[in-house]
Amino acid sequence: MKNLNKSTQKLIISILVIVVLYIVMAVMESTGNLSSLMSGLLVPVCAYSLVAIGLNLCVGYLGELSLGHAGFMCVGAFTSAFFSKAYANTIPDVPRFILALLIGTFFAALFGFLIAIPVLRLSGDYLAIVTLAFGEIIKNVINVLYVGIDSNGLHVSMKDMMSLGLEPDGTLLVNGAQGITGTPRQATFLIGVLLVIFALVVTFNFVNSRTGRAVKAIRDNQIAAETVGLPITKYKLIAFTISAAIAGVGGVLYAHNINSLTATTNNFGYNMSIMILVYVVLGGIGNFSGSLIATVVLTMLPEMLRGLSNYRMLIYSIVLIALMLFNWAPDILKFRADHGLTSKTILGKIKKTKEVQ
Amino acid sequence: MGFLTYLINGLSLGSVYAIIALGYTMVYGIAKMLNFAHGDVIMIGAYLVFMCMSNSGLPAVVSIVIAIACCTVLGIIIEKIAYKPLRKATNLAVLITAIGVSYFLQNMALLIFGSNPVSFTSVINWEGLSLAGGQLKITGNAIVTIITCLVIMFGLMWFVKNTKPGQAMRAVSEDKDAATLMGINVNATISLTFAIGSGLAAIAGALLCSSYPNLNPYTGSMPGIKAFTAAVFGGIGSIPGALIGGLLLGIIEILAKAYISSQLADAIVFAVLIIVLLVKPTGILGKQIKEKV
Repeated sequence: MKNLNKSTQKLIISILVIVVLYIVMAVMESTGNLSSLMSGLLVPVCAYSLVAIGLNLCVGYLGELSLGHAGFMCVGAFTSAFFSKAYANTIPDVPRFILALLIGTFFAALFGFLIAIPVLRLSGDYLAIVTLAFGEIIKNVINVLYVGIDSNGLHVSMKDMMSLGLEPDGTLLVNGAQGITGTPRQATFLIGVLLVIFALVVTFNFVNSRTGRAVKAIRDNQIAAETVGLPITKYKLIAFTISAAIAGVGGVLYAHNINSLTATTNNFGYNMSIMILVYVVLGGIGNFSGSLIATVVLTMLPEMLRGLSNYRMLIYSIVLIALMLFNWAPDILKFRADHGLTSKTILGKIKKTKEVQ
Repeated sequence: MGFLTYLINGLSLGSVYAIIALGYTMVYGIAKMLNFAHGDVIMIGAYLVFMCMSNSGLPAVVSIVIAIACCTVLGIIIEKIAYKPLRKATNLAVLITAIGVSYFLQNMALLIFGSNPVSFTSVINWEGLSLAGGQLKITGNAIVTIITCLVIMFGLMWFVKNTKPGQAMRAVSEDKDAATLMGINVNATISLTFAIGSGLAAIAGALLCSSYPNLNPYTGSMPGIKAFTAAVFGGIGSIPGALIGGLLLGIIEILAKAYISSQLADAIVFAVLIIVLLVKPTGILGKQIKEKV
């Protein structure tokens, strides 16, 4: 452990914490100590964590604000669910899920790549609004998409079910605004945790690789990076595509956890993109473990506050504002530094008391 | 005639977008922040007008004035509590706080007014005009909305150009530090901007719900996002840009709904936005900012 460099140590610690958390949760679930609401949240938390990791790569390392990551999640979810449903009876469960995972990831990455080509010409808030627009377009198009399959092959329509012209033996795969129903529910908490760990390893390695360092250099000073001969567009494209792919994995997990998959504003629209962005910023921009912690806490928080019924979302929003002020307001930060209330000093104190013991 | 009717409906919707977009664009120009809570101020404004008119039986004009006053105060309070402490923090932190404020307003409205949509009574009691022998009908709502929008727009342009506070606004949006050195009270100017933006949001809320009477706590969010798009479309930070962006967005939306597909209208609006931004990366009237080394 001592021979490893600092970032690798951090990665190992994060993974260990996740494993411990997983064991605690799994034990609690099997002994029936977890409410059904909580256990229903376990897989979505993993899915959101994956999207948050993807978005953090984009916001923290590429330095570009994306408000459309729910769109990539949506692409991953729908392509994989489509595949799973279309081949539900022809391919056995395990290879089908693996293939669905690969397909969902691939298509999310493809969309990320295609969208990145025009989008990365812009910068700042303009880039944010265009990613938001792309996310909304993806959601809207899926809502009017009808796909069916019969003995003549695939039928696609953007009008209604009737215009598909399916033979009597055909099945409807994507039913417009009703989305895809009857996706096999194969996503388990274990798969989710494994995917999160995998995504963490990939991103940690990526940001410390040669390419990752180039991406960071571009974020810190694009002109300087350009003058030393870094191909800006190439590195930006790589980072954005990987970021979209990870969000797509989250989508695959999300799709295989629910029976009927629909694209609404709340699950794949800008509301979701914004929610994920909240996780990323609260967890710390550029800090992947932080994103995980924020995702877990903020997803569980409304459930824990359920006893307060109607007031819970109100309290949630107040907590969100208070946390942002506490963590970012310059005056409050100064006050905390003066009175020894920064997270560093508090952690230091805890360490000291441990050493004394 | 069908086309003309759609065009007028589009202009009317576009005028509402333009009024909302003004709030976004002014705040962005001065505080360099995306005020995501702006859409929810519209909703609050609409509810206030509804409460005054339907529950207390006040006349429409009085209700709107009350709503404007309340929203102005609300805007100032939001700015003081949530945004002012973060003035020197990163843009992203302010953005997330704005999202928090947006959640707060939505849930507050949910608690006070309930989740059931209420049916908004139009603030305009006028049948409208009937032209070309009854073939072309223009509703009173549309006429009043378009005129209000133009009045606000030119009033605001005059205000920013010719008055002391307006000039202070322009100075702060150019360069905050230099404006401070010139003796401009930057905090007061930013508060004033929020006040104007939120007051306009109340008007926009009343006009929006007069044409689309379904009012619930989430009414403001989609028009908010669209108006934000309109502001970017026209070049964020520019007042005439907000007008052009808003009107174009409204017309495109209504025409797309009428001639292509009502479900794909939003997608088409956003696609046009993307194409415009790719051709002109800073919007139609946006200024090109050159980066210096």
